[in-house]
Amino acid sequence: MADDSRAFGIEIITPDRIFHKGEATMIEFNTAAGEIGVYKNHIPLTTVLAPGVVTIHKDGEDKMIAAVHSGFAEILPDKVTLLAEVAEWPDEIDVERAQAAKARAEERLANKTEAIDVQRAELALRRALVRIDVAK
Amino acid sequence: MASMRDIKRRKSSIQSTQQITKAMKLVSTVKLQKARTRAEQTTPYTNHMYQTVSSMLAKSGNVNHPYLVSGESTKKAVVAITSNRGLAGGYNSNIVKLVANSDLPKEDVEIYAIGNKGLDAFTRKGFNVKYTDSELIESPSYSDAAALCREVLKDYTNGEIGEIYLAYTHFKNTVVHEPTLIKLLPVEIDAAEITKSEGATAQMIYEPNEEEALDLIIPKYVTSLFYGALVEAVASENGARMQAMDSATSNAEDIISDLTLKYNRARQGAITQELTEIIAGASAIS
Repeated sequence: MADDSRAFGIEIITPDRIFHKGEATMIEFNTAAGEIGVYKNHIPLTTVLAPGVVTIHKDGEDKMIAAVHSGFAEILPDKVTLLAEVAEWPDEIDVERAQAAKARAEERLANKTEAIDVQRAELALRRALVRIDVAK
Repeated sequence: MASMRDIKRRKSSIQSTQQITKAMKLVSTVKLQKARTRAEQTTPYTNHMYQTVSSMLAKSGNVNHPYLVSGESTKKAVVAITSNRGLAGGYNSNIVKLVANSDLPKEDVEIYAIGNKGLDAFTRKGFNVKYTDSELIESPSYSDAAALCREVLKDYTNGEIGEIYLAYTHFKNTVVHEPTLIKLLPVEIDAAEITKSEGATAQMIYEPNEEEALDLIIPKYVTSLFYGALVEAVASENGARMQAMDSATSNAEDIISDLTLKYNRARQGAITQELTEIIAGASAIS
């Protein structure tokens, strides 16, 4: 690989498997501080992931998208590693389940009581929305 | 000398035992294969997590974070992973022995028992069992590990426990399983690791800042270690059971061949005796 190549290595690892390993020219994902897109030669950065869509752009190929929930990313100039607790390709997502989860979370948030964990319901809602988004 | 009938009865009883141990060996071989694949798939995640955390700590070594300094409590939590079923050789007793013989003073240890066998043994030995979840080991999932982690970390942040240890059986390969006791929190990364990783990550920036990142990453680190340990423990359990059942089967084989020899000898003795009686009777008549 020549040095002027725009491609860099990416790796998405979950506890159960190496989710994806390959090369890309750009990768976009959600962090706790907002969405970021990473090209080659990014400054070294470790950041916390937020539930969101990961988009992998490759030269001359269709972009790939996946849903990633919680974890963190390690960015090095020639390599990006996402350690995700859960990662799913669009065809692995059960849309009906996600819809149900969304409805459930919304309902919980709508009639807030002391007993429920608002933060948890919000997170569940976000996860469901990401899943639905990716599966589309 | 035992009678022919006694020997025969004993032999057939051992044969049926042998059939059982053989079947159990086959079952655990299949289970081991599955468990081993899972354990291997988990390794990259756990390793990477360990690397990241150690390089983070190398950089932020002086941060006064609750996860990095011992709590005030002298209580030490030991998460002990054993199995729910026996007949796995020394698998369970090795873990119990490891914890009992460690430097941790018995009265300060709070056991978080995973697996019935460990729970029973620790209770019998008079350890203080604080928490138990034996269903977990049947088919460990990442969310189970996360739940366990929440439970333990809750007690840690409440100040009920000052240190967290993990006792599990490390799966080296099919025949070698090592009972291991490691300290999880406060995190201690050995100095050699730190200097090794320092060069590559000296420029690393953390977002949000290091302390907040630690807050988020350490629980994930603990969870991933729990998960890795659970998965490896399941593989080790099946490996240990496979070995135990294999040697039980071959022991049965030895006893059966021994008994067969004895049976034949007894049979021959009986025939000889009968013959001598007939001959003696015949010669008495003539």
